[in-house]
Amino acid sequence: VTGILAVAKVDTGDTAWMLVATALVLMMTPALGLFYAGLVRSKNTLNTFMMSIGAIAVAAVTWALLGYSLAFDGDGSLIGGLHHVALHDVGFTPRDGTTIPHLVFMAFQATFCIITTALVSGAVVERMRFGAFLVFAALWSVLVYAVLAHWAFGGGWLIANGTLDFAGGVPVEMGAGFSALAAALVIRARKDYGRQALLPHNAVYVLLGGGLLWFGWFGFNGGSGFSTGDPSVLAFTNTLLTPACSLVAWFALDLIRGRRVTAIGAATAIIVGCVLITPAGGFISPGWAMLLGAAGALPCYAVVVYRPRTRVDETLDVLAAHGIAGFVGILFIGFFAQLAWNGVSDGLVYGNASQLCDQAIAALVAPVYAFVATYVLLRVIGLVMPLRATERQEALGMDVVQHGEEAYATGEGAILVTPESGIEGEVAVKPT
Amino acid sequence: VKLVIGIVRSEKANDVLEALYRAEVRGLSMSRVQGHGGELDRVETYRGTTVKVELSEKVRFEIAVSDPFVQPTIDALCDAARTGEVGDGKIFVVPLERAVRIRTGETDVGAVTPVGE
Repeated sequence: VTGILAVAKVDTGDTAWMLVATALVLMMTPALGLFYAGLVRSKNTLNTFMMSIGAIAVAAVTWALLGYSLAFDGDGSLIGGLHHVALHDVGFTPRDGTTIPHLVFMAFQATFCIITTALVSGAVVERMRFGAFLVFAALWSVLVYAVLAHWAFGGGWLIANGTLDFAGGVPVEMGAGFSALAAALVIRARKDYGRQALLPHNAVYVLLGGGLLWFGWFGFNGGSGFSTGDPSVLAFTNTLLTPACSLVAWFALDLIRGRRVTAIGAATAIIVGCVLITPAGGFISPGWAMLLGAAGALPCYAVVVYRPRTRVDETLDVLAAHGIAGFVGILFIGFFAQLAWNGVSDGLVYGNASQLCDQAIAALVAPVYAFVATYVLLRVIGLVMPLRATERQEALGMDVVQHGEEAYATGEGAILVTPESGIEGEVAVKPT
Repeated sequence: VKLVIGIVRSEKANDVLEALYRAEVRGLSMSRVQGHGGELDRVETYRGTTVKVELSEKVRFEIAVSDPFVQPTIDALCDAARTGEVGDGKIFVVPLERAVRIRTGETDVGAVTPVGE
């Protein structure tokens, strides 16, 4: 009885930190929008950014209505229950095992669902219709994210089995990365892919977006202990160390490959490093976290270099930066988890081979589920509505076609339309 | 010696460059211009402000060629830039009084013939 009373008590310090952490993670989604917007051509800047904003709109709502319940109600092995539908019984009393109000816990988890949904957009930018993306985002946030979150966080079979995933290697990183691959295969390549140079239009956005993502990631990883306790502190500090080591490694790889250190490479390295430490943050020592950053950058770099030589237009390399890095991070725990640091479990290096086995199961099953579920979901949506803009619209640019705005409007040649004169019948470009 | 001026859709600029290369037309310059050629206006809305955008982005090619190259240049421009919709652009061919290659002082046909031919 005393145990139950103890866990039901709200800790003010923990709550204060989690309120901040939640805001930090929410900021990551506009930061991702900026990062992605810089990587596309200028005529698609707004559409690309709006996919991230759209993910906030859609996923926050689906999460509150249904996703949170499916992810975090009960310990069903495959899927949660419906007790928390529409936030029923989510109030100020802490969820079992936490010391923060249940509402804060729910909001924190919501921001994870939001950014993960936004991440997938990187595979389909510059060609997917905005309306179709919103429908996809709504369904994906429930059918893919909430399910994987239940498995890894909410009491599902992976966490029950002993898989360690501190801040979302399974639902967030592998979930987004392998879903992105499936989405790229269904939506297919941009019309000019492989024929013309499709270059990033603003590397400064990319660096600033990457930097803001890193900043937000301190809340993402540092908040995933749901407290100000040791695991959170460890994850917070590792979130500084691992990406720094990934940056150094990426610089070296860039120097070897092209004799120059590239800015967009650096922004990519920041993301890769943050992703690498996401699953492992609270489980490995700072020393191993540094090794993870340096060594884990290698396979991601290889995929970034190799992917454009294929016909797969997984446009912004979500698979390489999130899927592969998440996979590496999840497995790394199996080797280098250290009871002395995490108080939970040792990895293979410290004599516990079964942890590696638990990690390997997650590293195999999560990508398969994310890929297959996303592939089927998009195929089904494609039966109901067109997923892509037409070639003509793609050539004009998605900003003008889908949103009727330009990112860099000059106003030259623009004539003010008064409401009385009306605009009907003269719209050349209709968003279809 | 003629100056061929081609004004095309900006999204077709790469296709035109490729077609000109295939037609062995080597010397050219291009610039971004804004123009209006009878296509329907585009409507954009920024908060409460709705505007009709009458000028659209185009790319202007200027290519000085010797007479035998005039038709291949026109063909390349037409084939590569055509979509069939209003707004594909125009080609103007104008006589050139003189052409001078600054490096050598060559004039006219010599000036517009690529080095090595």
